Amino acid sequence: MRRRRWSTRDPLVADLEAAVGAGHVQAGDAAVHLYSRDGSAIGGGRAGVVCLPGTAEEVAACIRVARRHGRAFVPRGAGTGLAGGAVPCDDPVVISTTRMTRILDVDIERRLAWVEPGVVNLDLTRHLAGTGLHFAPDPSSQQSCTLGGNVANNSGGPHCLAYGVTSAHVAAVEVALPDGDLVVLGEEEGDPVGYDLRGAFVGGEGTLGIATRIAVRLTADPPEIATLLLDFPTIETAADTVSAVVASGIVPAAMELMDQRVVRAVEPHANAGYSLDAAAVLIVELDGLPAGVAREVEAVTRIAGAHGADSVRVASDEEERERIWKGRKAAFGAIANIKPSYYLHDTVIPRTRLAEVVAEVNAIADRRGLIVMNVFHAGDGNLHPLLVFDEREPGVLEEVFAAGEEIVRLSLSVGGVLSGEHGIGLEKRQFMPLLFQPADLDAQRVLRDAFDQDGVANPHKVLPTGASCGDVQGMTRLPEGTWV
Amino acid sequence: MSGVHPGDIEAFAAAVGTDDPVCVRGGGSHWMLGGEPAAGVREVVAPSGIAAFDPAEMTVTVGAGTTLVDLAAVLVEAGQEVALEGPSGATVGGVLAVGRSSLRRGRVGAARDALLQATCVGADGRLFSAGGPTVKNVTGYDLCRLLVGSLGTLALLASVILRTRPVPEESCWLQGQMEPAAVAAGCHRPATLLWDGARTAVRLEGYREDVEGSAESLVAELGLEPIEGPPALPPHRSRWDGTLPEGGILEVGSGVVHGPEPLPVPVPAPGVAALGRRIRDGFDPTGRLNPGRDPYRLVA
Repeated sequence: MRRRRWSTRDPLVADLEAAVGAGHVQAGDAAVHLYSRDGSAIGGGRAGVVCLPGTAEEVAACIRVARRHGRAFVPRGAGTGLAGGAVPCDDPVVISTTRMTRILDVDIERRLAWVEPGVVNLDLTRHLAGTGLHFAPDPSSQQSCTLGGNVANNSGGPHCLAYGVTSAHVAAVEVALPDGDLVVLGEEEGDPVGYDLRGAFVGGEGTLGIATRIAVRLTADPPEIATLLLDFPTIETAADTVSAVVASGIVPAAMELMDQRVVRAVEPHANAGYSLDAAAVLIVELDGLPAGVAREVEAVTRIAGAHGADSVRVASDEEERERIWKGRKAAFGAIANIKPSYYLHDTVIPRTRLAEVVAEVNAIADRRGLIVMNVFHAGDGNLHPLLVFDEREPGVLEEVFAAGEEIVRLSLSVGGVLSGEHGIGLEKRQFMPLLFQPADLDAQRVLRDAFDQDGVANPHKVLPTGASCGDVQGMTRLPEGTWV
Repeated sequence: MSGVHPGDIEAFAAAVGTDDPVCVRGGGSHWMLGGEPAAGVREVVAPSGIAAFDPAEMTVTVGAGTTLVDLAAVLVEAGQEVALEGPSGATVGGVLAVGRSSLRRGRVGAARDALLQATCVGADGRLFSAGGPTVKNVTGYDLCRLLVGSLGTLALLASVILRTRPVPEESCWLQGQMEPAAVAAGCHRPATLLWDGARTAVRLEGYREDVEGSAESLVAELGLEPIEGPPALPPHRSRWDGTLPEGGILEVGSGVVHGPEPLPVPVPAPGVAALGRRIRDGFDPTGRLNPGRDPYRLVA
């Protein structure tokens, strides 16, 4: 009699094991627990079974198996997302791309690289060291987050101010569609032929399929970089300086603002050289050819002085520059030490309204007895107000949610949007109707339904469905490796 | 020029209506691209005018029927421009619907990256908006990029918010007998590289001292010579497949070859074509928007 190794196993698990190999399917309690959360504060999700395909064909096979068993699927990269996009709803098959870590091809002359989705963002940049090229999107989680996740979230980062977010740097993407087919969307060079399905796919938060290979555009390293550290007596003067720099016609490579609470949390660990006495610290990076950079350094210094900056310092060497950035990118880890719980928003507002909006955000927190910390991509108006609190205090959660909604409504009232880089996921679904009319949401649904005709790809994410899955809860200490 | 008003947008939606086939006319400069509209289809024209220009924010809100020339005249007063380029008479909506990027793409970026928000009329006659007014936004699906290059087959652009950018202080063209890679290696972020199989022409943009310095070094080290403007581009566009046709000029990095003869259009893979069809059918179930046009017949 033939041995039937799977006879006692769940047939779904057996089929997934046949697709990707027995060692690459996890259905135990530990895995289900591990894959039930991402970097967000959203709990309540539950992975059905987790599989880790090694190739594009295996990703497609996992999707087909899930469908055959009537299950939804949820793509997952490093799980650093901050809006619950990878939190599993409806007992799905979680398809993790973390084994797909090959950099397949780098074409220096054409400035193009084909990579697998599990390649870590910073690993690509390290791989390119010495070529004179780099991958421009640099989310603060770049030590952990994957390029597949960057594509799914259309990720940003400090240097997207001048260079644009992920979509501007993805030439083509091979996608395992929700029907299990593999297609290549986009072109290696230039504008797409036909509909820009590549552009539509990027930022789809895993609801349109799974990226299995990605052709990323590479950016020439700037010949000259000047990193400025500016101290301000108030957060408003710093914010006004940002608005004035943009208005002057300068497009810095990056413009990042940190308030005093953030600086005091970060500096002792990072030794970045931030002034503990400044009410706000602004990092401005200018890059390009030497004469232009010199003129822009002069102009930014003059503008900052006119707005009351206490000091302007230009990093004298690469080591100092790296320290300044290391502090910025480590900011969230340090903040986690202040209070046991946190809640973060990611709205964008017009850059001309920064000072008044930041002041009002702080006032909202004050009125509700909460501490707010601001560390954000000021140059493109992308706020990251972080409410920190101790959820053991009675009634504090209600205040946190109410303050969060007030911040969202404030941002929209000045002509802003819900998310600059973290996405909608589960967290902001309920706010979508505040920004979009029913006809707007219907149009978005048409796109989603064209990709995912049966609603099996990452259900309940992005568009409001009315169904409950996962709640903002369990806002304990930030998971290790959380950045904004 | 006068601004575009919400009333103009409502009137455009009313003109599009809900039932009969319509095609939208911009400047007519790209009229034959992707197939001429079916005979007898009613024409509509999108509103024109600039509703809001905020130089400090670097965004402009403009009716899709506005010509690029009229838009540029307003923006240049604040030293700004948009990354859209088209022949004389071309409109903002027309250039976005065609989706071809500027020859200066190396500096200004792709046309599709300039569109922040689109207010459109759908096939059901309803107005809807895609994207958002801010320069950074990942709220919901990126319908803006899907609309760019869709030849008005998914929805008709009524009004858009575009990202503006500073006009470069200085620019110049140079040309020499060498491969484009050699020229690219000798300068930082050229706006344009054109290659005719023997010569490379390059456009430099930026701050005056930087452009002059780069030009001097290209002349001294690589033997390039200044030219007045780009070489005349042959009339037909095709997709770069690695070989340059006789008399053709390659826009390096853009995938576009300008050649003397029309070349066959690449055929999309079946899965890609099917997805495109589902999208078109989803947005326009009765096929009333720009019938006869097909973005997959738009070569490059």
